[in-house]
Amino acid sequence: MKKTWVSYPYILWMIIFTIVPLLLVLYYSFTKTEDGSVVFTLENFRRVLEPTYLKVLWRSVVLAFISTVVCFIVGYPVAMILAGKDMSDKSILVLLLVVPMWMNFLLRTYAWMTLLDRKGVINSILGAIGLPQVHLLYTDFAVILGMVYNFLPFMVLPIYSVLRKIDRSLIEAAEDLGSDSITVFRKVIFPLSLPGVVSGITMVFMPAVTTFIISKLLGGSQYMLIGNLIEDQFMRVYDWNFGSAISIIMMVLILLSMGIMTKYDKEGAGGGLF
Amino acid sequence: MSKHIIELVDVVKDYDGTEALKGINLYIRQNEFITFLGPSGCGKTTTLRLIGGFEKPTSGKILFEGVDITDVPPYKRKVNTVFQKYALFPHMNVFENIAFGLRIKKLDKNLIREKVSKMLQLVNLEGFEKRSVDSLSGGQQQRVAIARALVNEPEVLLLDEPLGALDLKLRKEMQLELKRMQKQLGITFIYVTHDQEEALTMSDTIVVMQSGTIQQIGTPEDIYNEPKNAFVADFIGESNIIDGVMLCDYRVKFAGCEFECVDKGFGINENVDVVVRPEDIKLVSKDESPLHGIVRSVIFKGVHYEMQVDDHNGYSWIVHSTRMAPVNTEVGMYIHPQDIQIMKKVSAV
Repeated sequence: MKKTWVSYPYILWMIIFTIVPLLLVLYYSFTKTEDGSVVFTLENFRRVLEPTYLKVLWRSVVLAFISTVVCFIVGYPVAMILAGKDMSDKSILVLLLVVPMWMNFLLRTYAWMTLLDRKGVINSILGAIGLPQVHLLYTDFAVILGMVYNFLPFMVLPIYSVLRKIDRSLIEAAEDLGSDSITVFRKVIFPLSLPGVVSGITMVFMPAVTTFIISKLLGGSQYMLIGNLIEDQFMRVYDWNFGSAISIIMMVLILLSMGIMTKYDKEGAGGGLF
Repeated sequence: MSKHIIELVDVVKDYDGTEALKGINLYIRQNEFITFLGPSGCGKTTTLRLIGGFEKPTSGKILFEGVDITDVPPYKRKVNTVFQKYALFPHMNVFENIAFGLRIKKLDKNLIREKVSKMLQLVNLEGFEKRSVDSLSGGQQQRVAIARALVNEPEVLLLDEPLGALDLKLRKEMQLELKRMQKQLGITFIYVTHDQEEALTMSDTIVVMQSGTIQQIGTPEDIYNEPKNAFVADFIGESNIIDGVMLCDYRVKFAGCEFECVDKGFGINENVDVVVRPEDIKLVSKDESPLHGIVRSVIFKGVHYEMQVDDHNGYSWIVHSTRMAPVNTEVGMYIHPQDIQIMKKVSAV
């Protein structure tokens, strides 16, 4: 007997907090209020395509892309060390990686503000040793730093769990067949870790491209990413219709890129990257 | 005789304080099929991994054609391995798996194609190039693993219980096929197994190991007919092992009776282990032999009957015979002097 009823609370939850809001967003994006009456329109979407907004969108994608690349470059070696043979210091490393996640996301980002501030910790140290102060807060650098710091575990953990599952005898087989350690990595370890890389990229890129808290805190109130733009439409300008249209476009972009990623993953499993 | 291709000199391997190998000395001749045989944990796989380069000995030396290769990493050794669970690369098809080693050597594309198809022919897998390894059966994966190792033309092929995961019929087929390949290619095979029958079928030389030491090295016939000690006798085939006393040269006493035998050189009244193979006991009428007993059970085994015969001292003999004696009858047991193996008692074990 199927016990489908156990899933009812979750389905109800989904309907109230996911499906209904989505439908509302869709509704708002295709309508506008004219003389007190609601009419259907594509005006909101046309506005998104204006150069000002396209520039914001582009900027969001570029920053998210850079953060994802940095996360990958920093995260892959960490995942490899974690998945390595030596058990003793591994738990401490995992702990160090995960501990920041136990703290509130906002707190962590605020902490970076005090570090990067003009009168913050870093500049104080620089000043103390006689170096000129640097402008750190409210720059692209600060925003990327915040993204990398917050999303790095989402890159490391999926790669780590895939790497850990690779059969050691595959590595030995590759060595046996004449590969030095670089070739083993290139021809066996990396291709086999691709599923982890793909989900790591997805899990970093998606939140990075839509973030508005990091860009607001570390980029300053004038700093505009797509997330901030949407937030502004809802919280300040009260143009819910336009905000919904941007959200819809954002969602479509994310779904598209996810689709490409999973397709690439399937192909990658057959051939390898090199 | 042909030259020694691999030599192990006083090889000790220590895993966190427990000695897996306690000083192994061994040489392997070129072109022979040598088998490391022993129960699990005896050190046979460790020895193989040392030769493959996946482990380093705690002390001692490994020589390859007279050159010390103890510190040479696996990818620089002229040996290839067939792993226990095949270890095929899941992200590559059959062709890519076999071509792996050749691609690393950067051989010409056409040459690679040629060599791989020759290998596929050798292991009877023509036309499987494009198949993914997951779609193959255990036996086919096994063949791919063998082809992947052999295509590199190693001087020595290491095989770590390669047939362990196959069913009995397939295992027997593959045993013969491996032997055929070894003869055809004329390279040295080093084989690890815990299956004594497999070892007897395929090997030129068998190395019987137990708890990190070598018990006996010899041809299958030697090992079977002239086991050096009770452990080897017990591990290779079924045996009756019984305490005995060597009265003088060519005279031994066991099971309450005196027997003529062909061994000498023991001390007077020295305690020994006596080994008699079940098939070497002839059932006779009870007047024809001083040793008799009562048949306790009879099991039909196809070619022969396996009978348990309890003698008057309480020892249960296992007897294999094509003649069946009914349960609860008293029978005599005749053993030819040549079939009585006398062994020194192993003190420590």
